[in-house]
Amino acid sequence: MDKTEIIEKIHYFLVDEFEVEEDDLTPEAHLKETLELDSLDFVDLVVAVESSFSVKLVGDDFKGVVLLQDFYDLIERKIS
Amino acid sequence: MKRVVITGMGIYSCIGKNLQEVKESLYNGTSGIVYDEKRKDFGFRSCFTGQVAPPELKKLLSRRERVSMGEEAQYAYVSTLEALEQAKVSQDYLNKNEVGILFGNDSTAKSVIESIDVIREKKDTTLVGSGAIFKAMNSTVTMNLSTIFKLTGVNFTISAACASGSHAIGMGYQLIKAGMQEMVICGGAQELNMLAVASFDGLGVFATDQTDAAKASRPFDKDRNGLIPSGGAATLILESYESAIERGATILGEIVGYGFSSNGEHISTPNVEGPSRAMRKALDQASIKPEQIDYVNAHATSTPVGDANEAKAIFEVFGPKGPHVSSTKSMTGHECWMAGASEVVYSMLMMQHSFVAPNINLENPDEDSEKLNLVKKTLDKKIDVFLSNSFGFGGTNSALVIKKLQ
Repeated sequence: MDKTEIIEKIHYFLVDEFEVEEDDLTPEAHLKETLELDSLDFVDLVVAVESSFSVKLVGDDFKGVVLLQDFYDLIERKIS
Repeated sequence: MKRVVITGMGIYSCIGKNLQEVKESLYNGTSGIVYDEKRKDFGFRSCFTGQVAPPELKKLLSRRERVSMGEEAQYAYVSTLEALEQAKVSQDYLNKNEVGILFGNDSTAKSVIESIDVIREKKDTTLVGSGAIFKAMNSTVTMNLSTIFKLTGVNFTISAACASGSHAIGMGYQLIKAGMQEMVICGGAQELNMLAVASFDGLGVFATDQTDAAKASRPFDKDRNGLIPSGGAATLILESYESAIERGATILGEIVGYGFSSNGEHISTPNVEGPSRAMRKALDQASIKPEQIDYVNAHATSTPVGDANEAKAIFEVFGPKGPHVSSTKSMTGHECWMAGASEVVYSMLMMQHSFVAPNINLENPDEDSEKLNLVKKTLDKKIDVFLSNSFGFGGTNSALVIKKLQ
């Protein structure tokens, strides 16, 4: 899966399931401040990632993940 | 002691999704019972059920709010919106005043089962998602609504089987009467799915005659053969008389008595003494004589023993020239945890619009019920005071007396 496809899948569940505004989905978007994801939403991100990429994340995986770009990178690392 | 009044009501039930629809159904004697084919395949002995459509909440609540709500909380949100609107209580008012919430609820079976099924399959608890715990706890209704409406007063759930909703109103009444709260959002909610009532069906107490859904619930009739499960939610806004006057709210009724008792006997078979004691306590507290009661909304669920014992208890308390009596469960089925609250809403609508809703399907009263003044057809009649009965497993009983404001 290439990076474009990863980003498309992430954007799809962020818009469809997390009801994030599509216009807010830029690599610089802050997950908490811009996309307004809270601590409980991070649990649901684990569910969405498992469902979309068949990868199981744990809490520690989110260390250092602040921006949407960090999240793209995390998924890319996990599925490679 | 403060006087306690009702200033708002909301309802989401199988006979209507709002007060207006429900009032029409009550007046017309419309049944909300359907046959659910899926139950047959699942192993149910009785496939009748009340039915309500899930409310569409996407435009009303954020995703974060919605993912924590099981169906009982969703129903309760809708009924509470209607009640707050009728009471003219805005979010701004809720933000500035210490308003409490007490709801009756006694199960979250679907949410529990579905979440555990996910964990069994995925072998990872996180994959159940963030909302599962908040849907699965028994206090899910008060937990969700207190967060959504930003309530800062009393906040807990009353679990008392099929008397839960009535006890919630009774407890709200007591807190306001004692001056501990000025306003409490009270109600009852009941999930409506087959997982919630499968083990209940297993007891063999659901209607055995499966020929006609609308005729299956027949409280007090000699040919009754079991109850029909149902659900939804009902909300009432309780507040002190002073608070209502200060806000300029329309006072719909005044709660004047809450009698409770426990049978201290069998876990599922009701008796006569417990319910009659609850009714007497409610009347004594209200300083109202039995002959002053215009209408009794019976708990009667359409089970052979339960209805007979309630008929005996009503006769014992009110005597041979007693008030008009009907069981609205003949139309709604048994709304279980919600019933004690919904039946207060139904009775309030009757009091507001001067009629007694019929006990439909009552063709031949049995030897106990024929002693009561049962209403088979809609009766246009002024109601000034009514009593609402609710009883539950474990022998818990609640009776509420409510009157028009004098």
